[in-house]
Amino acid sequence: MSVDDLQAAYTRAITVTVNGQRLTQEVPVRLLLSDFLRQTLGLTGTHVGCEHGVCGACTVLLDGEPVRSCLLLTPEVDGHSLTTIEGIGGPSGGLHPLQESFRRHFALQCGFCTPGILLSLYALLAEEPKPDEATVREVLSGHLCRCTGYASILRAVAAVTDGEGKEP
Amino acid sequence: MTTEERHGVLRLEDLRLVQGRGRFIDDIRWPGMLQAVLVRSPHAHAEILDIDTRAAKAHPGVYLVWTAVDLGPVCQPVPCVFPHPSVHQARTHTPLARDVVRYVGEPVALVVAENRYVAEDAAELVEVRYRPLPAVVDLEAALRPEAPRVHADLPDNLAADGEKAYGDVAAAFRAADLIVRERLVVERGAASPIETRGVVAFPEADGTITVYDTTQTPVPTRQGLAQILGLPEEMLRVVVPDIGGAFGPKSTLFYPEEILIPLAAKALERPVKWIEDRREHFLATNQERGQIHDVALACLGDGTILGLTDDFLHDGGAYAVAGAILPIITATTLMGPYRIPAYRARYRVVYTNKTPVSPVRGAGRPQAVFVMERMLARLARELGLSPVAVRKKNLIPPEAMPYAMDITYQDEAPLVYDTGDYPKTLQLALDTIGYEQFLAKKAEAVGEGRMIGVGVACYVEGSGLGPYEGATVRITERGKVQVEAALSAQGQGQATMLAQITSEALGIRPQDVEVRLGDTAVSRYGLGTFASRTAVTAGSACHRAALAVKEELLRLAADALEVPVEELALSDGFVYARRDERRRISFAECAARKNPAWGPPPAAFRPGLEATEYFVPARSTFAHGVHAAIVEILPERLETRILRYVVVHDAGRILHREIVEGQIRGGVVQGIGWSLYERLRFDEEGQPLTTTFMDYLLPTAGEVPEIVIRHLESPTPLNPLGVKGVGEAGVIPVLACLAEALEDALGGQVFLREMPVDLDRLYAWMIETKCRRGSAGEGEGH
Repeated sequence: MSVDDLQAAYTRAITVTVNGQRLTQEVPVRLLLSDFLRQTLGLTGTHVGCEHGVCGACTVLLDGEPVRSCLLLTPEVDGHSLTTIEGIGGPSGGLHPLQESFRRHFALQCGFCTPGILLSLYALLAEEPKPDEATVREVLSGHLCRCTGYASILRAVAAVTDGEGKEP
Repeated sequence: MTTEERHGVLRLEDLRLVQGRGRFIDDIRWPGMLQAVLVRSPHAHAEILDIDTRAAKAHPGVYLVWTAVDLGPVCQPVPCVFPHPSVHQARTHTPLARDVVRYVGEPVALVVAENRYVAEDAAELVEVRYRPLPAVVDLEAALRPEAPRVHADLPDNLAADGEKAYGDVAAAFRAADLIVRERLVVERGAASPIETRGVVAFPEADGTITVYDTTQTPVPTRQGLAQILGLPEEMLRVVVPDIGGAFGPKSTLFYPEEILIPLAAKALERPVKWIEDRREHFLATNQERGQIHDVALACLGDGTILGLTDDFLHDGGAYAVAGAILPIITATTLMGPYRIPAYRARYRVVYTNKTPVSPVRGAGRPQAVFVMERMLARLARELGLSPVAVRKKNLIPPEAMPYAMDITYQDEAPLVYDTGDYPKTLQLALDTIGYEQFLAKKAEAVGEGRMIGVGVACYVEGSGLGPYEGATVRITERGKVQVEAALSAQGQGQATMLAQITSEALGIRPQDVEVRLGDTAVSRYGLGTFASRTAVTAGSACHRAALAVKEELLRLAADALEVPVEELALSDGFVYARRDERRRISFAECAARKNPAWGPPPAAFRPGLEATEYFVPARSTFAHGVHAAIVEILPERLETRILRYVVVHDAGRILHREIVEGQIRGGVVQGIGWSLYERLRFDEEGQPLTTTFMDYLLPTAGEVPEIVIRHLESPTPLNPLGVKGVGEAGVIPVLACLAEALEDALGGQVFLREMPVDLDRLYAWMIETKCRRGSAGEGEGH
């Protein structure tokens, strides 16, 4: 039996909207959503840090809610919509205010945890445009960053929620 | 450029990183690329009886299954990266285990398949029969005569035995009014960057192999790998992609995967990728910190230190690739900013059946500072002096700088503290945290039942390690300014640093500089990023290269404009005459003159408007600082809070304030992790018990205190920038600082002898003894 035969026995066709684009794809049923995004679709902005749902680097939005893509199997998102880091920028390739603020406040160093954090914050601000620092810290505590010590990230978010950030 | 501008330059790296357009190792994809998975030992110590790979090989989609036997002459022990005369029994690993496995996670077989899923399926089909052997886990047990031996051909479990000493220790101890002795322990921690390791190898049609590697040190990796693989160096290229954090263990250590993946790619004539998963990272990426110190401090009745001796064991893990570099750093950092007239530190590197050990951010210095600061605290207690008074008594005063000690540092150069005002730094830390005010209010807080305390720790950090580093600065015919250097970046902003240095010399914006790092095809010579060295070494080299290019620019412009060099200025990509700005020539035109398509060129002509310079540090430059912390313990809530944390640091001239502060904050938080939350545990059989982020707790935003940073600048004469290293500064004194603060919060009932603090044990002890607080005397150390 070839790899193709094996895989044919365990695949499913799914339809999913990714960053506003609807697509249909045949996927192995055991393909992790993180691998679907990164390998199948080539959207490598979502990163994988632990594959057990703790570090948060793989966070994407499923119907607007933050989820750990390393803990989801791709068929689970059939019929749903996903947003990744590639999908939060402004029109014509500009930056979302959060992204711009991260730059201005040096809220990243190696950048590996950054997309996951941006997605969680993006979802937070969509629901609550002016969260207090305790709430931001709570959301941020679901993400591990080994480089920054988090202070610059909190400053970057405060700058956006206090209205210092520019509109896209 | 104004101070504000220099400190505010946005990082060149960030625009693409915030958009998710980084190019990390696992982002590298290629048609036909195969993926590799390692089969790893489940035993800490075992004999390999046989390996049956038939089922794995037969699995559809599998291209290759190798064990040690299949590797041929490549299966040799790798070189020791830090050889030293004191390393008398170096044993290093082979790319795949031959006959014996010596730590849980040691690679035993390689599987290469269509994709990672198939490779993992096939890896499970590899059947290895082991005969488990007794494991060596505890350092002191490892040295007993009846201990099992990690390496059967050695008479014992010692990899190295050496000493750093100066002065007359015997006389110092004879003259002492008081001798304080302690046993102090630091346990292992992991660097744990959020990105794990990875290697991708591309075989080219002409027989060369391009290896993408998450390495901090591309040139040494290339040189070493070429030798190990039996290839001429020109046939191997190492390229460093974006790296998601490293902190030490991504340096050249000849990890098995770095050898196996290029070999597999060459054999299969297909690109092959290996990406480590997080569990593997906890097992098989190097760790550090395990040491046991038996210390004695001799002093006079007024607290003046006469001498110090330390006999310590260093946990080297199963293989000694790192030689004795870590205990040597510990032994040459212990003295700190204090006058220690006589000193002897003896170190022994011990083999254990655990993950191999090599430098992790701080590299032996956190242990040294913990030991020294704990001994001072002990001394203060014995003499009834305040811990601050004891420190002030012994700090090296500014008029004694440069301060030489009669030993060599890790670079084998004389140990000389070049610049720094240690008493001033200590005082600023005390003032910033409000030390006196805190002590005044403390009695009241304690009266309310609060357990609140303050701690201080001082450190000196040797940085700017040689032997050398280089940089090339070039102006192209299009007027573009390019910088190339062999070092690699893992988030510290080296590209921005080099662009800034270059832009200052040439009067342009940093954003207009293109920086290329970490490609051995572009930069053949260099060491890399480790030991807080790149600003000093690569920065200085880049500065010199930029000045050399500037000199040539001015000369070319002087010729072209017929204006003397002294009357010229640079701005925005042009050289112009100060007295008549219309008389000017662009960088592009100057560069074009250095690359004529037809002649005749002037005599002594060398094409290209570029310069390559190398910086060779005469010796290390010593940064220093003081940390102070106020903590509160709430045992009923099982909580320890750091209420306030102050860093006063001096790393010479500050090149970029936000980058420096980012390094410090990140380091402090890592240090907090290593002090309170992160604990690598192994059971008596050497089984790692902490292999996920649910067991090994990295600090999150919820655990991070407000960190106040104050900067002092004591420039060094040892390099043209006056800069010192800062990458590790945040980590180094945290263990010591928090130990003292926690102890103070515990009302001095406990002497903390071990880091990380076992908080659960501490809370249990506190809850148990709280009702007996009135009668509690000197408590047990934890």
